[in-house]
Amino acid sequence: MENWQNQKSYIKTFAEDECAISTNNLSVFYGGTVQKLFDVSLGFKKNTITALIGASGSGKSTFLRSLNRMNDRVARVDGSIMFHNLDVNQSKINVYELRKAIGMVFQKPNPFPKSIRENITYALKANGQQNKKKLDQIVEESLRAAALWDEVKDKLDQSALALSGGQQQRLCIARAIALKPEILLLDEPASALDPVSTAKLEDTLKQLRKKYTMVMVTHNMQQASRISEYTAFFHLGHALEYDTTTNIFTNPQGEITEKYIQGSFG
Amino acid sequence: MNAKKTNRIATGVIYFLVGVVILLLVGILGNILISGIPHLSWHFLSSASSSFEAGGGIRDQLFNSLYLLLLTLIISLPIALGAAIYLAEYAPDNWFTQLIRTTIEILSSLPSIVVGLFGYLLFVVQFGFGFSILAGALALTFFNLPTLTSNIEEAIKGVPQTQREAGWALGLSNWKTIHGIVLPAALPGIITGVILSAGRVFGEAAALIYTTGQSGSTVDYSNWNMFSPTSFLNIMRPAETLAVHIWKVNTEGIIPDVNVVSAATSALLVIVVIIFNFGARALGNWIYKRLTAAKIK
Repeated sequence: MENWQNQKSYIKTFAEDECAISTNNLSVFYGGTVQKLFDVSLGFKKNTITALIGASGSGKSTFLRSLNRMNDRVARVDGSIMFHNLDVNQSKINVYELRKAIGMVFQKPNPFPKSIRENITYALKANGQQNKKKLDQIVEESLRAAALWDEVKDKLDQSALALSGGQQQRLCIARAIALKPEILLLDEPASALDPVSTAKLEDTLKQLRKKYTMVMVTHNMQQASRISEYTAFFHLGHALEYDTTTNIFTNPQGEITEKYIQGSFG
Repeated sequence: MNAKKTNRIATGVIYFLVGVVILLLVGILGNILISGIPHLSWHFLSSASSSFEAGGGIRDQLFNSLYLLLLTLIISLPIALGAAIYLAEYAPDNWFTQLIRTTIEILSSLPSIVVGLFGYLLFVVQFGFGFSILAGALALTFFNLPTLTSNIEEAIKGVPQTQREAGWALGLSNWKTIHGIVLPAALPGIITGVILSAGRVFGEAAALIYTTGQSGSTVDYSNWNMFSPTSFLNIMRPAETLAVHIWKVNTEGIIPDVNVVSAATSALLVIVVIIFNFGARALGNWIYKRLTAAKIK
């Protein structure tokens, strides 16, 4: 692998009030000693899509999953994660509340084996929302926001498993935004989809940008350049470069970033 | 030898071995069913067994078997479910968990006659239950728990990890994720596991000879008072089951039609177990469809 130590890191910073969420010196350790992420400090600007790129094993997914504390049970996470002026990487933080504010969409569509409607209402009901009218309204709003409403409005009570992969993934987005989060974390959301579904998904994400801050891990550099405003490049557990997507793709500062963009490794 | 030839020989050997298995199964099942079914009649199913004359039935044994099975499941299912959830979802991967698993494996390979004698000493003698359905149900619980626990654990583990992550990412607590998402998804598998283990319990004889006893008590099917000694629902009465009945008429029975009775009872036993097996599949599928409106792939 490329020797990253020769490259300085070039990290763009934002004023704190511009950021929806930011990390300070975030490090992740597996099994107590194996360090997978090294002192990553990144801020994510409100209402933008930020792409996290880098080779497999570069730590981008690990970083993403730390933001909503999904790594809690498998790894130790050091450093701070600032969200609304609060360090949410503390044991006293209620992670369940945190995860309602920071939604997540996974690599493989993972709808529950329930009806389309229940996929969205299940978590709402668990949070105490029982009003049927209100639930119906949220189902429609979320599905519309995820650009799925027109395709499924007549079969809300059918199984979500009967949907196509792309529809399932948009359902997962609808399910996440039904909880009215501020941030959406997307872990390679299009990697299991065909090109047509991917295009639809990207359109959906572009629409959602108005209301949500999104951080998206992707292996697909065209995708990163198509829909993200900012891009962070990860390498061997370090965030090496973070800038506007245009700069990263047209004028990368670091040598390794440039090599990765050109596709000489990854 | 070339690859093609080797492949053909290997395939041939495999087909032959499968054929042997199928032939054995068909042979045994066919023999039991062919020799038993002609003697199965409404009279046989609906009359009490006789201890020395020909023409007795197995009404009480059939009921006892089903009742004992029900009771066993009522006792063992909650325990197995709890243990399986713990093992599949909570247990850390350490020496203690390994110890539990090893214990379960040992327990599941315990000969049933040993379970029966243990039940006899503990429940029948020590606890003073006497030969009773309760003592039998407890012994069968020991016999059933390991298999049931590992069946349910497998079903729960079969639910993809991505389902759990989906639940956590929506801010659901671990328990809420388990009982709201994982368990419903595992339900068809759990039901299959329960019914398959029920088939084993239903046919068990050795563990019951010393616990439920071999003598049928006088049973009154119109007496619904569980606490009355003659009630069919009384769990403290001795109760001979189908499998024990087969064993008994063959070893110490003096009825002249012993061959007919044991053939017919065996056939009935096999038929019920077959119904359990197919029922398990159908029920699991049906519930999964009800829950998801989709078919199991």
